Amino acid sequence: MKITQISVFLENRKGRLYEVCSMLGAAGINIRALTIAETETFGVLRIIVDKPDKALELFHKNNVTANRTEVVAVEVEDRPGGLANILKSLSEQDVNVEYMYGFIEKFTEKALLVFRFDDPEKAGKVLASCGINVVTSKDIQAL
Amino acid sequence: MIWNEKIETMPLADLKNLQSERLVKLVNYVYQRCPVYKQKFDQAGVQPSNIKTIDDIVKLPFTTKHDMRDYYPFGLFSVPRTELAEIHVSSGTTGNPTLVGYTHDDIKLWGEVMARAFCCAGAVPDDTIQIAYGYGLFTGGLGAHYGALEMGMTIIPTSSGQTKRQLKIMQDFKPRILACTPSYCLYMADEARDIGIDPRSSSWKIGVFGAEPWSESMRGEIEATWNMLATDIYGLSEIIGPGVSQECHLKTGLHLFSDVFYPEIIDPDTGKPVAEGQDGELVITTLTKQGIPLIRYRTRDIVSMTSQPCKCGRTSPRTSKIKGRTDDMIVVRGINVFPSQIEHILLGIDGTHPHYQLIIDRQAHKLDEVEIMVEVDEKLFSDEIKQMHSLEQKIKKEIEAVLSIGVTVKLVEPKTIARSEGKAKRVIDKRSL
Repeated sequence: MKITQISVFLENRKGRLYEVCSMLGAAGINIRALTIAETETFGVLRIIVDKPDKALELFHKNNVTANRTEVVAVEVEDRPGGLANILKSLSEQDVNVEYMYGFIEKFTEKALLVFRFDDPEKAGKVLASCGINVVTSKDIQAL
Repeated sequence: MIWNEKIETMPLADLKNLQSERLVKLVNYVYQRCPVYKQKFDQAGVQPSNIKTIDDIVKLPFTTKHDMRDYYPFGLFSVPRTELAEIHVSSGTTGNPTLVGYTHDDIKLWGEVMARAFCCAGAVPDDTIQIAYGYGLFTGGLGAHYGALEMGMTIIPTSSGQTKRQLKIMQDFKPRILACTPSYCLYMADEARDIGIDPRSSSWKIGVFGAEPWSESMRGEIEATWNMLATDIYGLSEIIGPGVSQECHLKTGLHLFSDVFYPEIIDPDTGKPVAEGQDGELVITTLTKQGIPLIRYRTRDIVSMTSQPCKCGRTSPRTSKIKGRTDDMIVVRGINVFPSQIEHILLGIDGTHPHYQLIIDRQAHKLDEVEIMVEVDEKLFSDEIKQMHSLEQKIKKEIEAVLSIGVTVKLVEPKTIARSEGKAKRVIDKRSL
């Protein structure tokens, strides 16, 4: 149900994102989805990769502060109101979205969105009860 | 003028007799009244009867900052709490702060030495003085206040901050004397220009500057900017607060009021006296204090000292400006900061021991700024920005609560802070003092 997102602490300095991304590239790890949240002095890079364990090990070895977060990837109808529809069900059931972002590619006609929920267990149940397709780790690796 | 001509110009032989007489009294006083000192003397194998002249002082054990902390709050006091007129507290290295207390006579002594200091700088009783040292637990403001009161000057107790108001008061009441930290004085010059005041036309003609280290070049800048005489005052709360020593208009060293604060300069490693004129740690014995008299207190300030009488007529020994510290203490805006305090706070935040670095900077004519870089390890890191923000804020708030000065906290990546021999350099002081 849940998939692994890797979050990376980045200092706000020139070339740092490049360094981190090229580390992944050199190790043959592919980025499937990403987003960056930034403040004045630092940023947090959040990525979904095909080999999360390998990526974490790599970061650890290279003194990059990174951790694992459980997120939920959801298929959303790629049409006006598709996202609103899902958010409505979540909101009605009091599930809070901490943040969310989109996948770079999609593997069906539907759009792929990553959600970070305050309560991922409950969110999963709500989504399932609405008949919304939740993407598994296997699906991600197969992308 | 010389405030206490009899004492301050006393022939050296007479001064020595006075010091001897006072020391003998002091050792008996603390031995009978303060169990900690009795124990310290007994352990060192010295009895009050062994102390006959001031030269015997070397037989006595040292008192250190650790003693202040270990016997917190009242262990080192020689009077019951009911006899204290006032207490002051400064932030400690770790855990306990440093507490000092004054009896009514101690407050009188404080007024006396501060009056001597102001006169030494060139003030006279008819002057008006603006005291822009902080009033409160910090000894700067009230110490200066008692001295000005004793002298009979007109006091404007502005305390620190509110710069525009300070300048307005200066323009309206025309005080000739200014007492504040040297960096605040320079900072005020910028503010003055911003609101259309030419600093050179100010009423301040004599500055009594202290509570932080400053250099000859800074003196030159203050004097040129404000068209005033800038003098250095020294003190520490453990001894009395400001008023331990003060420069006269000749600016050839700080006159140390040795009839009440007996100075020794020692090698900090061996504890033995260094030759006259050599650099060493300043050690002070408070010869007449009642509340918390200290025997051979190690200030950790490195100075040199000369006993050559000054051309101004004063016979007291003179020390150099502070040349350094024997520990890692830094003084920022008059506040003592120890890297261990920061360590303590960070440890308390998450039970982790992150690497950190303090960067102290002073832009031209600005106040000291403190930035604390904290390396974010996996335990501190969160994928949520708001968590990271609240971590930053929490560190900032807790440090500010302990240090009482504003700081900036910057979260940085691991291994960003330079390490030498595996040990991170804790403090980078970029100030050109």
